[in-house]
Amino acid sequence: MPLKEVVERCQALFEDLHFNAVRDWKAAQPGRKAIGFMPIYVPREIIHAAGMLPVGIFGGGDQIEVIQGDAYYQSYICRIPRSTIELGVTGRLDSLDGMLFPSICDVIRNLSGMWQIMFKDKYVRYFDVPQNFKDAIGGEYYVHEMEILRDDLAKLAGREVTDDDLRNSIKVYNENRRAVRDLYRYRSQKPWQAPTSEVYLVMRAGMVLPPEEHTRLVREYIAAAEAESRPKRDNARVVLTGSFCEQPPLGLIKSIEMAGCYIVDDDFHLVTRWHLDDVEVDGNPLWNLSKGFLHRSADTPSKYTERREDKGKFVVDSVRKSGAEGVVFAAASFCDPALLERPMLLEILDKHGIPYTAFKFAENTGQMAPIREQAGTFADSIKLWSAA
Amino acid sequence: MTTPHNPPTPRPVAQPAAAKPKKEVLKEDSMWLQKEMINGNYHDLAIAHDVGRKVSATFVPGNLNELLMCFDFARSLPETNALQNGMRKKSGKMIMDAEREGHSEDVCTYVKADLGMMQAGQIGPTGEKLPVPDVLVLSYTGCFTFMKWFELIRQKYDCETTMLHVPYQGDGKISDNMVQYVVKQLKEEMIPTLERVSGVKFDIDRLREYMKESVKAEEDLVAVLQSAKNRPSPIDGYFGGVYYIGPMFTAFRGTREATKFYSVLRGEIEERVRLKKGPITPEGEMGEEKYRLVTEGPPNWTSFRDFWKMFYDDGAVVVASTYSKVGGVYDFGFRHDADHPLESLARYCLGCYTNLNFPQRIDMICKYIDEYQADGLLINSIKSCNSFSAGQLLMLREVEKRTGKPAAFVESDLVDPRYFSGANIKNRLESYFQMINQKRRAGSAEPAAAH
Repeated sequence: MPLKEVVERCQALFEDLHFNAVRDWKAAQPGRKAIGFMPIYVPREIIHAAGMLPVGIFGGGDQIEVIQGDAYYQSYICRIPRSTIELGVTGRLDSLDGMLFPSICDVIRNLSGMWQIMFKDKYVRYFDVPQNFKDAIGGEYYVHEMEILRDDLAKLAGREVTDDDLRNSIKVYNENRRAVRDLYRYRSQKPWQAPTSEVYLVMRAGMVLPPEEHTRLVREYIAAAEAESRPKRDNARVVLTGSFCEQPPLGLIKSIEMAGCYIVDDDFHLVTRWHLDDVEVDGNPLWNLSKGFLHRSADTPSKYTERREDKGKFVVDSVRKSGAEGVVFAAASFCDPALLERPMLLEILDKHGIPYTAFKFAENTGQMAPIREQAGTFADSIKLWSAA
Repeated sequence: MTTPHNPPTPRPVAQPAAAKPKKEVLKEDSMWLQKEMINGNYHDLAIAHDVGRKVSATFVPGNLNELLMCFDFARSLPETNALQNGMRKKSGKMIMDAEREGHSEDVCTYVKADLGMMQAGQIGPTGEKLPVPDVLVLSYTGCFTFMKWFELIRQKYDCETTMLHVPYQGDGKISDNMVQYVVKQLKEEMIPTLERVSGVKFDIDRLREYMKESVKAEEDLVAVLQSAKNRPSPIDGYFGGVYYIGPMFTAFRGTREATKFYSVLRGEIEERVRLKKGPITPEGEMGEEKYRLVTEGPPNWTSFRDFWKMFYDDGAVVVASTYSKVGGVYDFGFRHDADHPLESLARYCLGCYTNLNFPQRIDMICKYIDEYQADGLLINSIKSCNSFSAGQLLMLREVEKRTGKPAAFVESDLVDPRYFSGANIKNRLESYFQMINQKRRAGSAEPAAAH
């Protein structure tokens, strides 16, 4: 498929806040069910093993006017819960048979209870993940939590979810993770060929498509992007971090790129890259998912850093690995995890001599000029320093 | 999420000539006792390192005080330090200092007040220098910010940190899996760390003894809080309530001092019930009880007395508050259990108010409105505290729907004076009281119309 078509398809999926892709998937076979989940991470393998479609709900972006959702929140709460409620109360999420609310922060945690009250006919679960990373402690707890999810989804599906189902789903997602790693590697090597404004859309498509289809799409995109001839610019290579939950508008990503930055790594859609490598297939599948979570998973402000010396390591490693020249810390306004993390992270970047710039956004931020100016100044300063 | 250390000192009240001196002494006793306890604790902290004592810091929700006492720690509670600084009008500068250092204006002001205090030389609320803690006991109970708060302190001071992850009651219940998870962390992570830092070997019988002491105080605290079911209520369960929960939620639960304090306090309150007296306010005895309210959310500390005055000037008394359950929910039956000490600590943490899910919180408020015969619900929505605040507008509508009682909403902050607008809050409260009056008139008119 030509690049233009791949990107247009992804753009259409991104803009469709009625989730018709999910409706179509369900309509293709009676009895199919879909389960929504919010950032940052849920074990999608369990949903998939139950024969259901995991659907990532990342708020309404800048495409919907939040009217009813605002009536549920004070001005000092971030925007993603209000636009998610807007999606819910306007019927846009009717295709979902359930919602999972992972432990990101207190706002999303409380949203789980609100959802229980507001959508009584749906399956709703707050999905707690361990902050203790020992197999015998956090692992035991986590496996038990996953067993509950497996049993609940089995009831909803009207069939057992076997260990073999789970192993098969782990394989499917390992394939997807490999494709995503390839895409990130490719963008890091040739960011002019695979701009983040496109990569973002390709990744976002994975939030509504079945994983098998998304894996193919990612591969198609890499091939199509490689086939294009695009000019290489003298841009600054940056890692963008802080946007793991509420998403910046696509225009903001484009603005950063237009200002002279190549985004060579990011923390959007971390669910797709949570496991840093393949999850073991053989053996007990839930224990394998647990081990992957505890020992080989991404770092993010919602996760406790056990050792002081490991704080910020993930971002510093990302800079080193991707050959970035600086970090753009872009956090959603009123995002507790990101904004409480920020001083620690910036101090560590300082210690490592890594340049950075920081700003806040909301998913419906409309004024891009200040962002473009800030990112442009940052890119210029990197180029000046590196020239010196 | 915390409790003040110093009680609101009532203005000396002229006693009728016939008043028995004993009653006056009793009242003074509980106030005096608490002040002595709190000031003593700050002094203990100030001199801890000089006398070779280790210092722990932990949070009010999920406060493992009995366990920390087993290791002879001097015990600091950073939330309480922040609110004490807030009440003393010192927190504003501390917050701005922290913001100048790069902390976002969007995040919790307790954290920033604490960090600002550290930046300014760690001078505590009583003027004595507080030590850098030897161990941060990160009881991650009911508040996400706790985790980042202690990561920030660890980053700055390289303190030993021990994490206790307390799962959230997303399904509205405590499962065995949750309890076992917390117990394992206590056994295999926290207790060995506390032994190592303190150099004191853990003695479970010592823990049991402290817990037995806790239960006595818990019984008395519940009796005090539930005394508000009387008409008139002898206590204010929010503004006065923060004084009643002070020792229980901080460094004293499990001590004999706390047992004595609650015994004296209970005696005083029972005497007020007998005499059909209303609450004591900072300006003396409250006048006629006109409105009985339930409140949700922490109070504002920087204008605590001004805020309270808006209530008692209009004859409004808070008969029950969710905030007075933030460091433990005792009035639905939970007690520390010396026969199952670690399980009991786990259940205590799991049951703290902000670790309850939204439907549980709404159930609790509705129950309070019913059992305490309240006229309605007032939510004080705190900018700093998403754990409490996110979703409170839905809570308001649900409670109105289920109880038929009016609810109102005001906004302020914990310790940031920039977010307290007295005139605004007063206007809203006055409108709310009018709304209650209208509801009463409508209520009394209905049966008449039916006849």
